[in-house]
Order: sequence, then structure tokens, then C-alpha cells
Amino acid sequence: MKHSRRNGAEELDPTQPLVATGNLGRRHLVSRTVQSLAVAAAVAAVAVLVIVIWAVVSHGAKAINWTFITSGYPQGVGPYLVGTAEIVAIATLMATPVGVLIALFLSEYAGRRWTRPVQLVLDVMNGLPSIIIAVFVFILLVAGKGQSGMKAAVALAIIEVPLIARGTQEVLNLVPSHQREAADALGVARWRSILSIILPAAAGGIVTATLLSVARAAGETAPVLLIDSLAKGDKVVLNPFEEIPNVPVRIFQLSEEASPEGFTEAWGLSLILIVIILALGLGSRALLNRSKRKMSR
Amino acid sequence: MSVTPPAGAASLKPARSARQSPARRRADRFGDVALFLVCAAAAVLAALVIVLIAKEVFEGAQPAISKFGLSFVTHSEWAPPLDHFGGKGVILGTLITSAMALLIGAPVAISIGIFLALLAPSSVRNVISPLVEMLAAIPSVILGFWGLLILGPVLVDTIEPFLHDTFGFIPLFGAPQTTGNSVFNAGLILTIMVIPIIASVSRDLFMAVPRELQDGAAALGSTRWEVIRGVVLPTTLSGMTAACLLGLGRALGEAIAVAQVIGGSTESHLSLFKPGGTMASLIALQFNSAVSKLHTASLYYLAALLLVIGIASNLLASWVGQRFGGAGVATR
Repeated sequence: MKHSRRNGAEELDPTQPLVATGNLGRRHLVSRTVQSLAVAAAVAAVAVLVIVIWAVVSHGAKAINWTFITSGYPQGVGPYLVGTAEIVAIATLMATPVGVLIALFLSEYAGRRWTRPVQLVLDVMNGLPSIIIAVFVFILLVAGKGQSGMKAAVALAIIEVPLIARGTQEVLNLVPSHQREAADALGVARWRSILSIILPAAAGGIVTATLLSVARAAGETAPVLLIDSLAKGDKVVLNPFEEIPNVPVRIFQLSEEASPEGFTEAWGLSLILIVIILALGLGSRALLNRSKRKMSR
Repeated sequence: MSVTPPAGAASLKPARSARQSPARRRADRFGDVALFLVCAAAAVLAALVIVLIAKEVFEGAQPAISKFGLSFVTHSEWAPPLDHFGGKGVILGTLITSAMALLIGAPVAISIGIFLALLAPSSVRNVISPLVEMLAAIPSVILGFWGLLILGPVLVDTIEPFLHDTFGFIPLFGAPQTTGNSVFNAGLILTIMVIPIIASVSRDLFMAVPRELQDGAAALGSTRWEVIRGVVLPTTLSGMTAACLLGLGRALGEAIAVAQVIGGSTESHLSLFKPGGTMASLIALQFNSAVSKLHTASLYYLAALLLVIGIASNLLASWVGQRFGGAGVATR
């Protein structure tokens, strides 16, 4: 009988094949090496995040002051910020109802037969590169007719729909089935129980999914670059059927222009954008945890 | 008895009166049908958008498809003033950058998934998980800008010369250039983008591996790594494949960040350190300045190819997940 060098417990085992093979030290070494590699990978990812955010913060903070935020081109970036808020708001107004309805269809009506195809459609839509969606909206709405913020919002809405639908569906599935059954047992019509019981119960999740999709849409550059890139940014544009200045296109253009002042402005814009996006992400995460806790109670 | 929530109590009343009033019953029947139709219409709309996207993009590409046919893929000359368009250079660039992102990103991301799901205590996991997801939330235009101004110079000054000196005999590691805008830079930016996607999916996969299986292996004397290699990785193989395909789809289709750092050349070459181009980034860079109808159509052609690859990788991911994975493995 072979004796393991480290693990005394093995000696008590009567079955021959289960006895440690004597290379336990090496096996532990391999195991520990792999574990530390996994830790290193996680550390590396966090390090990259810190490095990127630090670069944005340290460079961007120098650019930001009151004039920078409030005035227009060329001293400041106010119109871009307002424009992005406007485009994203319109896109979200279009995307949220559609996304929520698709999620309702999946969780309440689809059944076995239709869940998979609809889910697949959402997955494909979510996986489509945003540049393709941008090209599509360009061909459909912009070619020969001119750019506008509204058209960019359509493209962003196509990007947001699958995100909202999936997030909403996840919380809808968490709504306890006894609530549905109680409503059914009382003879409440299906549509009434959906609108007055199921949707309110999932409201927190719907808001979360919407906020996350807003965060995603605010930073999407490809659609606005193709569909809404001509505005100069010297004044705030409120009419959505005109070209609206916006943040991502401005950052992209400044990064292509390669002038030091332009870079400073781009860092400043990046900082504002990243703060908004991360705040939306963190806020929605907190909201989601709260509503999940509420629901599981 | 379950507690009736306020909302449920409120709907008790309409239900009772429904029994009496035929008008209410009619309203309910109508409401049921209407809500179903609206929901179904939304789902159909989504499907319709995808079909419409394919139709429009292919129609737009038609002039280029009929002029160049499939030889578009094998020709490398991209010369808008001469109306010569061949996509080989950017297709090669797309393949190289995506392969690089996946080859570096997938092992790192899966390791992060292992760390988060199996090694880290939950207090650490609850901090690191959101941080990794934050990485995915950084807009591509900002990541690209960072790659252009911060990462590029570092690559040119230190990393590229080192790699060239050490592995220069491989054509991939050719002579470093004076600018940081290179295929290598784009590949690294894409790596940063795919890592959080694959990491969060594989974390969820690993967390779903039944505890008893892992404990069983551990009870038989397996070390931590042997549990992972023998139990966790095999049961989640299909899911990880699907996750990598998702990451690949993201890498293939990323336009903006790549356009910022890759240098915008359409030449067909293998060197990582020279400027290059990808299909998506070329569309982003040249779309607004297309010089001829054929130029635009050729860009649409690239978009059509991207669309086909994108949908194919998505369908493949879902097929792999369904065919080889899912509930069957988890319960077995």
C-alpha cells in the first residue's frame, strides 16, 4: 500500500484504487497554480477597468467647468449633452412599450410552441452589430431624405427593444405563480390580472431594464454617426426632426481630428458620459436587487 | 393561505360584477383578445424588423453583388476613386482581430468566471462581479478613444518592439510602425470588450453546476482544479461555446472602437503592427464620405456579409446551447 505524503486520512481507506497515487504534492501545486491564475485574471480585468476610468477621470476633470457644460460649440458641449438626452429619451419612449409587450407575450401567452422562436428573434436582434442596424435605418429613412435626430432614435430603439424585453421577461418570470392562480380562481379576466397584478409586481424590474437600455443607448455611436452626424453643436436643437448634436458623434469626430484642444474636449465629454452611464448602471442594479427581494418575500 | 396583495384585492370587485353584467363580460372577452393581439403584434414586429433589415441591406448591396459576385471576398484592392472594390483586406483584418480577441479573451474570461463562481467568497464576488460588468458598460467610443491616446503609445514604445524582437520570425509580429494605430491595438480593445461578456455568462454557467457533483468529486479526493476540470468544465462546455460565440459576434461587429484605433487601411496583410481595417470599421469610416454609388453599395455588401456572419454565429450559439446543454446536463 502506497502512502500519501501529506494526507493521512487516505491511510484509513481500505479500497486499493482510492489510495492517493503519491503525486499529491504535484496535484496540489497544479491546483493552486490554476487558482492563482484565475485570481490574476480577475485582478487584470479590474485593473483594466481602473486604468481606463482613471485615464478618463484624470484627463476629463481638467476640461470640465461651468462654461464647458453650459455653452455651445466651440467653447462648450451643452448642446451635445442635451441632444443625446433628447435622442435617447425618444428612443426609450418608442422601445419600452414594444419591449414590455414582447416580454408579456413570452411570459403570458407564448406557451411552449412560441417561446423558442420569439426568444430566438430577441437573441438575434440583440446580437446584431449596431453598425448593421445603423446601415438599415440609413437605407430605410435617411438615404435621399436627410438626417434627423428622430431617425437616429429609431435605430437606438431597435437596439433597446431586446434589452428591455429580456430584462422584463426575467422579472415577469419571478412573479409568484400563486398570484396568477389566485386571480384566475377569483374569475378575474386574464387581461385584468395581467395589467393590474402581474405588471405592477414587475414594475421595478421593468424600470431597471429600461435604465440599463438607456445606459447602453447613450453610448451607442454607430447609429448616430451614420444617421445624425451633421449638426454643428453651436446651439441646442429641440426639434427632433432636425439634425441634433450629440455626445458620441462628437467624441468620435474629435478623436479623428487629432488636435490637442479637441482631445481635451473629448476627454471631458467622455467623463460626463461615463459618469452618467455608470450611475445608471449602479442605480438600476440597486433597484433590481430591491425589487427582487420584495418579490421573493 | 397566501396573502392577497392590495392589487389582487382591488380586482376582486370587477370579477364579481362580471358574473352579473354581460357588458362587463363582453369587455373582458374583448380585453383578453386585444391584449393578446397587441402583445403578439409586438413580437411579430421584432421578427419583421429582422427580416426587413436583411432585405434592405441585401437590396442596397445588390449593385456591388452583381458587379463583383463572390470574387469580392478574394480581391484585396479597395480603391474608391477607380471604382475597384475588394473586401479581402478588411475581411482578413476582421478575422485576425476577432481571433485575437477570442484567443486572449476567452481563457481570461473563463478564468474570471471560475474565480467568481467557484473560488471567491461571496463578499468578494459581490464586489468584483459588478466591476466586471462595468467594463462591459463603458461605451465603445470611449474605449476606442482611450486605446488611441493611452494604449497606442504604450504599445508602440514598449510592447510591439519586444514582441517583434522575440517572435519576429512569425509574420504576425512584423516590424513595429511609428503610430500606435494598428491591428494589434484593435485586437486588444476587442479583447477588453469580449471579456466581460464571456465572463458573466460563464460565471452564471458555473454557478448552476450542481453542488452535489462537485462535492462528490471532492469527496473522492479531487483537488479544487480536478473538480473544475473533471466536473465543472465538462458539464458547461456547450454553454461556454455559446458564450464564446456571443463574444465572437460582438468582436466581429464592433465598428466604432476599432475604427478609432486600427488606422483605417484596406490593405491585405498579416502583420499585427501595421494599420489595417475590419468590415464594420470600414463602414463606419467611409460611409459618410462615399464617393460613388458603387462605393456605397460595396459598403452595403460588407454590411450584408457581416449580417450573415452575425446571424449565423447567433443561431449557432443558440443551437449549441440547446442541443448539447441546457437543463439536460444540469439535472443529470
